[in-house]
Amino acid sequence: MASQIIFIAMTLAAIALFSYNLKKVIRNIRLGKATDRTDQPQKRVMTMIKVAFGQTKMFFRPVPALLHFAVYAGFVIINIEVLEIMIDGIFGTHRIFSGLGGLYNGLIGSFEILALLVWLACIIFLVRRNILKLQRFSGVEMTKWPRSDANYILITEVLLMTAFLTMNAADAKLQALGAGHYTNAGAFPISQYLQGLLPDSEGILTAIERGCWWFHIIGIFAFLNYLPYSKHFHIIFAFPNTYFSNLEPKGEFTNMKSVTNEVKAMLDPSFTPEDTEPGKFGAKDVNDLTWVNLMNAYTCTECGRCTSVCPANITGKLLSPRKIMMDTRDRMEEVGKNIDKTGNGFDDGKSLLDTYITREEIWACTSCNACTEACPINIDPLAIITDLRRYAVMEESQSPASINGMLGNIENNGAPWKYSPADRFNWAKES
Amino acid sequence: MSEQLNFEVPTMAEMIAKGEEPEILFWVGCAGSYDERAQKTTRDICKILHHVGIKYAVLGTEESCTGDPAKRAGNEFLFQMQAMTNIEVLNGYNIKKIITGCPHCFNTIKNEYPGLGGSYEVIHHTQLIQQLIDEGKLKAEGGESFKGKKITYHDPCYLGRGNGIYEAPRKALEVLDAQLVEMKRCKSNGLCCGAGGAQMFKEPEKGNKDINIERIEEALETQPQVIAAGCPFCMTMLSDGIKLKDQEQNVEVLDIAEITVRANGL
Repeated sequence: MASQIIFIAMTLAAIALFSYNLKKVIRNIRLGKATDRTDQPQKRVMTMIKVAFGQTKMFFRPVPALLHFAVYAGFVIINIEVLEIMIDGIFGTHRIFSGLGGLYNGLIGSFEILALLVWLACIIFLVRRNILKLQRFSGVEMTKWPRSDANYILITEVLLMTAFLTMNAADAKLQALGAGHYTNAGAFPISQYLQGLLPDSEGILTAIERGCWWFHIIGIFAFLNYLPYSKHFHIIFAFPNTYFSNLEPKGEFTNMKSVTNEVKAMLDPSFTPEDTEPGKFGAKDVNDLTWVNLMNAYTCTECGRCTSVCPANITGKLLSPRKIMMDTRDRMEEVGKNIDKTGNGFDDGKSLLDTYITREEIWACTSCNACTEACPINIDPLAIITDLRRYAVMEESQSPASINGMLGNIENNGAPWKYSPADRFNWAKES
Repeated sequence: MSEQLNFEVPTMAEMIAKGEEPEILFWVGCAGSYDERAQKTTRDICKILHHVGIKYAVLGTEESCTGDPAKRAGNEFLFQMQAMTNIEVLNGYNIKKIITGCPHCFNTIKNEYPGLGGSYEVIHHTQLIQQLIDEGKLKAEGGESFKGKKITYHDPCYLGRGNGIYEAPRKALEVLDAQLVEMKRCKSNGLCCGAGGAQMFKEPEKGNKDINIERIEEALETQPQVIAAGCPFCMTMLSDGIKLKDQEQNVEVLDIAEITVRANGL
């Protein structure tokens, strides 16, 4: 009875803490400006099913894709087991679903196989990061915390899977011993090989089984509450992020409505604009970006596929699309903390542009869309870069001198070079 | 094969004066109008249009920059000024269909003009060439033979990733009976030439290599005789790369329109 009370209290606390943090995250995302991404719901659902559930974009790199798929499938399917753990925990039952008989055996058996696959995949991932030191996982933005974050996640998953299999091994052994409470149920294709490593004493086995059971569920609650602080948030945000992702051709940049009004008024003095909110053009800080940009930042799991295909980054420039996303998240968290401490409107003298992202980075982008193509969950670093450029150019008139020259040429001659418009048709006349 | 055009290129103004309407407007673009190398491609596109008898026209001096480089550089004002002025001209001539010689113009007019009041059917010249080949109006005979030649095609970002057009340019090359070889990074994984996003008009940021060199090295790995391009900016970047690598004697960088014109002896 006492354990049930502890279990229920712990569950409620875990859920309460997570909701509290999630609310803050959503509040932070809402710092962003409005943008409508509710059109074409059917296409959006299909995109989410394909890209997030089906992980189609992952398979561009088959090896990590298969390993990741194992972890993903394991995570999703083993959660059925968590449901059983929850019910058992609350009602003090043991293996409540065991009444399902053959189906239950099949389930437990498949969980075990998945658990082994997850275990192996995570070990391989750890090796790739820490021993093989894959280039994709390095870079200026991959400082101590992002590296540790990745390792914490992988180690936790290894421990969780180990506990799960050890629990089953002890359970099976207790079943064989005819220990009370341990109903005969389940199939143990993997953990049967662990049985030999366990002692034969019923007392110790029960302690191991209970210990692993508690470790497993506490681990899951801890993991849940780790998400808001971690890159691992993608396990939740991948779904809304793909749903709300850009469905237009990648080459298309948004037309700024606020500018349309001004330009129309300039070309036609009798034009009266519909009311749009005045504000600055482009983005200097996170609250000038859209909520989609900000959700993108929480979704990023820092895999670095974007950076590894970025032509600027490949050729040694400072720009790294992954850094753009990580900076955006870091700055958003900072702004969020400022709001927590001092309320809205506090100015800490910092901004996304300059404090986090330098001019050198934004001007190195070729807008080639390699990053958006490579992102397995449709994150768009290019949209942020564009908005930062818009701020630099339209609000500050600060761009590289040659860019200013090019803009001046377009304005004066209708071409980015210094040629006379009268000569535009000369190509047809001379050779 | 004379560089000179042996026919007049009709302008919209002339057509309207004669009370005629073209089937398609050829949007030449700034590079196609002013850049010497790109002018060749422009004339070749005209040769193709003329050869197959499509009724076309150009805007001539009435054309102006689409605003693409301004938009990518972040100057939305200038972009929309350009766009609205161009749309006024295009709508004034009641244009329905446009062919462009540049993926940047193509992307801008196709995707970004509709929201500002300019909706047209827009195709890139490689799409037209593919279509003409499919219809049997263009073959690869009567001119230079590309048979067996090693050709590698460089995907322009704004045609490939930007708009998902990967097959049309390749189909236009397949008809040559040449040996098409793909670079390691091709199609949706293609590497940018380094010119996009207004980079064409500025010096690159500090790094350890220029992007066009990275790309040209990859192209040269395929040991091509021809590098095929579909964009005037890629053309500049790739040609510069070939020059820097001192490979001008061995490798030609050609637009797909140029290849088509040569193969057909136009």
